Amino acid sequence: MSGLLDRRLLFVTGKGGVGKTTVAAALGLMASERGRRALVCEVEPKGDVAAAYECGPLGFVPREVAPGLHAMEMDTEASLREYLRLNLRVPTIGRIGPVARAFDFVASAAPGVREILTVGKLCYEVRENHFDLIVVDASATGNIVGQLAAPVGINELVKVGAVRSQTRWMLDILGDPHQTGVCVVTTPEEMPVNEAVELAGRLERETGVHLAAMVANRVMPELFSRGEQEIFDAIVADGGALHVAEALGDCTEEAVTDVLNAAGLAVRIRRSGAAHLERLRAALDPALPLAYLPYLFGRAYGARAVRQVADALGEELGE
Amino acid sequence: MTPRRAASPVESLLAAREIVVACGPGGVGKTTAAAAVAATAAARSGAKVLVLTVDPARRLADALGVDGIGNAASRVSPSTFTAAGVRPKGELWAAMLDTKQSWDALVRRHAPDRSTADQILANPLYQNITGRFAQSHEYIAMERLYEIHAEGEYDLLVVDTPPTRNALDFLDAPQRMADFFASGLLRWLIAPSRSRLVSLASRPFYQVADRILGTQFLEDVAEFFRLFQSMYDGFVSRAQSVSGLLRDPRTTFMVVTTLETVPALEAARFAEALAERHLHLGLLVANKVLPPSFADPDAEAVAESLQTRSEAVATALSSTLADGLGGVDQVERVLQEVGRSFANFELVARRESELLAEMSRGHSVTVTVPHLSGDVVDVAGLLEIGRHVFDGFAVRADAPTTGLS
Repeated sequence: MSGLLDRRLLFVTGKGGVGKTTVAAALGLMASERGRRALVCEVEPKGDVAAAYECGPLGFVPREVAPGLHAMEMDTEASLREYLRLNLRVPTIGRIGPVARAFDFVASAAPGVREILTVGKLCYEVRENHFDLIVVDASATGNIVGQLAAPVGINELVKVGAVRSQTRWMLDILGDPHQTGVCVVTTPEEMPVNEAVELAGRLERETGVHLAAMVANRVMPELFSRGEQEIFDAIVADGGALHVAEALGDCTEEAVTDVLNAAGLAVRIRRSGAAHLERLRAALDPALPLAYLPYLFGRAYGARAVRQVADALGEELGE
Repeated sequence: MTPRRAASPVESLLAAREIVVACGPGGVGKTTAAAAVAATAAARSGAKVLVLTVDPARRLADALGVDGIGNAASRVSPSTFTAAGVRPKGELWAAMLDTKQSWDALVRRHAPDRSTADQILANPLYQNITGRFAQSHEYIAMERLYEIHAEGEYDLLVVDTPPTRNALDFLDAPQRMADFFASGLLRWLIAPSRSRLVSLASRPFYQVADRILGTQFLEDVAEFFRLFQSMYDGFVSRAQSVSGLLRDPRTTFMVVTTLETVPALEAARFAEALAERHLHLGLLVANKVLPPSFADPDAEAVAESLQTRSEAVATALSSTLADGLGGVDQVERVLQEVGRSFANFELVARRESELLAEMSRGHSVTVTVPHLSGDVVDVAGLLEIGRHVFDGFAVRADAPTTGLS
């Protein structure tokens, strides 16, 4: 299952709320701890990556937040400025003024402009070898295809001009499974699994980008083995709460019932999740790396959570 | 503070409103909560209720009968209520938002004539732009809401909102749409190309755009917007009406969240944004919440004892349990596992109760829906959630912070 971090560009996506930022932050941390210069980029800046690393506000210029680990937030307007500066040698910022003002409009009007500036910046960083690995906290499953397909679309719509020739080398980077991959994050629930399966089915066909791994996040631990489950069921069915209360001697039956109910809920959540995970497994190519991350009962947010997810991912992926 | 009357504050809220907009972070059960509120309102009041849903899970869509039927509303059969043991007083209707179809209808309505409409719909850029235009999905949801409300078919509309990049996008979408059409740049872009070149201010932009994208592409875009321009007046006034409806006293917002840290923070930001815009936050739903008993000190003590004194308890239990259920050591492991599991949940339950207390402060009505272990796949499941929203633990703050004048 190795090789995930050997790529140059990893897009991390998933349905909203599944924890893709934490997984992206963890992948960046893992890479940097394995001696690679890593960059984590949040594509739709909401401060989530900054919150995950607890590193203070991030901007368009990558900042080193830990040894070898850099982070940035995408800013398509800044990306356009950089593009113009590098490619057209537009001399001064002043001359770009009208462009900046026009930007919001054109980005809305011309399909894919915002996306191409995002993906273009990332591919540029790969080509320039500023980093060994760029992990992208990308758009959610609903938007990721549009984002990754932008170079293809622009290539079809724009027949001449500098952009057309540039989409060419971008497509080369994006379409190379050794360099670029998509990591889909899901949780053992109905909709996140549906979206993950649906994306897995269309990603490569519509964008040319390859699926690199699937991560099932927040998987509840298996409480009981089969025999133990029978014992638990027997305790609950037999009015065992009373027996347990008597055996303990210093508590009410009600308090014991609360405790048994908690275990019962854990079992039911686990079962419902297991069914969704089974559906996920069945729909995926068996060769695709599939990592399971445990539900974090403690801190599920910030640097501590990133640390725990990185450790769990390291074990799962054997990296 | 004097206690209010005993009626469910949620029922009172809905009796005074015609529109409920469900919003909140992704992955918290927003779609299901919207459908649950609609189903319960239909069951309990004599109202004709429509739920306008955006992206329901397959089985929920099946249950509501909205799978693949486009924008048309259909009535959810009363038999699905009776199957759940409820005789509905009102009617539940459901419709799914079809973005493409809604955009097409909008173009047909605002285009000056049929041939312009046809040209726009046939333009290759059209689909791209309606599909990708920032906030186009958000806007069209609000637009549909306005349309259905104006038709006056229903007593109560409950609308789900699309998963947005930013939870606030759809609030500003109508205004942005109006700004977009009023933009000087749009006028510049659709002006004849000769006058565009002589305009000194725009020359650097045009030159740069030409070098990057090529003149032909720019002309294609210009042609498309020239057609779109013909809908300007209709579009702007419509967007303003849509915006006005969101601020109307008949509209209330329902923020749905779980009590996990990140969604809860996002929901709090959302509530603030509603207040800033003078929009009415009528209901805050904390979904998938662990029962308060999971943070109970007595239960905590039991969980601890089960781990420390598992052997003694297991020995005592073995004699009462039926034979053939394994040895004492196995029973012991089960008890330890039960204790550990409770300790895990207890940690989460404590965090949740703290977040809930923080969120309830200053909000009009906060309700909790317990963590149900299965997916909601039928009307019975919706009514179960609705029961918690309507009758569950409800906090009514002394003064709403987001009231309307």
